[in-house]
Amino acid sequence: MNFCRTESLIDTVTHYCPGCGHGIIHRLVAEVLDELGVREKTIATAPVGCAVLFYNYMKCDIIECAHGRSPAVATAIKRLLPENVVFTYQGDGDLAAIGMAETIHAANRGENITVIFVNNAIYGMTGGQMAPTTLLGQMSTTTEAGRGNNQEGPPIKVCELLSMLDGVTYLERVAVNDAKNVIKTKKAIRKGFLNQIEGRGFSMVEVLSMCPTDWKVSPLKAAEFVNIDMKSVFPLGVYKDEDGQ
Amino acid sequence: MSKVSKKVLLKGNEVMVEAALSAGCRFFAGYPITPQNEVPECMSRRMPEVGGVFVQAESEVAAINMIFGASATGTRCMTSSSSPGISLKQEGISYIAAGELPCVIANVQRGGPGLGNIRASQGDYFQAVKGGGHGDYKLIVLAPSTLPELYELTQNAFDYSDYYRNPVMILGDGILGQMAEPVELKEYKPIVTLPEKDWILDGCEGRDPRVIKTLYLYPSDSLAVHNAHLKKKYEQIASELELFEEYKTEDCELVIAAYGMTARIAKAAIRLARDKGMKVGLLRPISLWPLANSAFMRLAETAKKFLVVEMSNGQFIEDVRLATECSVPVEFFGYGGGWYPTPENILERIEKVYTL
Ligand SMILES: Cc1ncc(C[n+]2csc(CCOP(=O)(O)OP(=O)(O)O)c2C)c(N)n1
Ligand code: SF4
Repeated sequence: MNFCRTESLIDTVTHYCPGCGHGIIHRLVAEVLDELGVREKTIATAPVGCAVLFYNYMKCDIIECAHGRSPAVATAIKRLLPENVVFTYQGDGDLAAIGMAETIHAANRGENITVIFVNNAIYGMTGGQMAPTTLLGQMSTTTEAGRGNNQEGPPIKVCELLSMLDGVTYLERVAVNDAKNVIKTKKAIRKGFLNQIEGRGFSMVEVLSMCPTDWKVSPLKAAEFVNIDMKSVFPLGVYKDEDGQ
Repeated sequence: MSKVSKKVLLKGNEVMVEAALSAGCRFFAGYPITPQNEVPECMSRRMPEVGGVFVQAESEVAAINMIFGASATGTRCMTSSSSPGISLKQEGISYIAAGELPCVIANVQRGGPGLGNIRASQGDYFQAVKGGGHGDYKLIVLAPSTLPELYELTQNAFDYSDYYRNPVMILGDGILGQMAEPVELKEYKPIVTLPEKDWILDGCEGRDPRVIKTLYLYPSDSLAVHNAHLKKKYEQIASELELFEEYKTEDCELVIAAYGMTARIAKAAIRLARDKGMKVGLLRPISLWPLANSAFMRLAETAKKFLVVEMSNGQFIEDVRLATECSVPVEFFGYGGGWYPTPENILERIEKVYTL
């Protein structure tokens, strides 16, 4: 593998914590934009969450949206600029709690956009509260005894949920806990963008990602948590692929 | 040579659609709510005919955020709703104002608070002119009182919003939206020289990437700098855009202050009062923000009294008191909850306060 600087990334230091998955995922998205040669026609949305400063790291046009509203914003942009490449980058609170309505409806309308969904099972930016994807028994600052003791309900499985919608084209869940999975994640992201470029409709890649800071574990333990705990609740794989490739 | 414009009978809600499309609006997102349903319905038919995009959004929250995205591409865009839906849009409006994105938002007001009712109301005055969403921002708020004026102001609203890079609200009500009047569908002509949109997002080919954002974390005073920039813009708007109409104010002792539909009804009442020998006139602000403070002050110097008529329990009256600097007594005639006055109702009140 040829390791060099990606054109689509700005050469700077990020604000992410050591062991955080966001940086890896940024890099993968950037590599895909480079390889597909679409950086200059790409418009991305930045979420509210730890990736809110996305525009400091990606070298493309970016609009920073209100918490959870990226799919609605991206809907309008893509409808008006169908020749451009439009993607959202969202955390689990952004996409599956406050923005669930926007997510479901953009997906079901079959908006021809790509959604990069970073599932780290926690609210990173606000300091580690429960997310819709927090595991049963997982501790957070609002579930100190572990999720499930105060009728929080089980974690929401977004790929499974969206796979029920006829309007959706492509759903895949991947992870960035180790090199093998990172390579698979890149493949999925590439496919998510290719679908859009070829006009196939709504694609979402859910990436299981590490948040050592708010999980209050070491980066190594965080990768292990993704590998063992998260994967058993959120099985990796393709949940929908309308073109069946 | 300009084309001959035709006069057609339309409902207020349809008038907004025709005006918007004539002004080059090419994106509309909305959600059904009475009494503005004809706007999305008509848009869904008409927008494809002019090559634009219509989206029925899943909520008013989604609709206003679609406007956030549409405006970022440089497309003229519009959303409409009625009171409860406008409440839901407040988050997005704050972001749009912060991001200085032009767009037009129509509020066909109904009775509130809560689900209220579906009759006309002016109960959203504070929400429209004082903010409504979070943070220090201002909307340009226009209040038409006839359908020809609604047509013209809707066209102008797109110009004001592009010119100042600021959202503009058309503040109507259920009567304005539902009534029908003959309207001349005049060809659109920009009323200002429109600035080039050198901030839009359309892919960074041949230029540096652009960012539209509303977060100002670093350096620590950058938000204060941005807010100071907005404040300066609002001051500029306030100094350039005070739209109002005066009716029979030359000699008047009593000034009726009213906007939108109530102003129109007040005109009929003033004619009745004049027939009875009472010197009554009307000051009708057309822009509610900015408000024509100088016109209020000028009339306060010669008239003895003001009478505010509004379809609420008293919101606009606070700004009338401020604009006249409490230099004259300000009487009130209004009810909240989906009430509207008849000319006779207003005349009765005029007779009471005139002799006091
Ligand atoms: C309307 C609104 N509500 C709440 C917040 C506060 N807030 C900021 S980020 C965040 C959670 C983000 O979590 P997630 O989407 O999982 O992203 P992460 O930080 O974990 O990457 C919240 C609740 C906000 N900015 N806006
Ligand atoms: S708090 Fe978690 S998600 Fe946020 S930067 Fe740190 S590790 Fe990453």
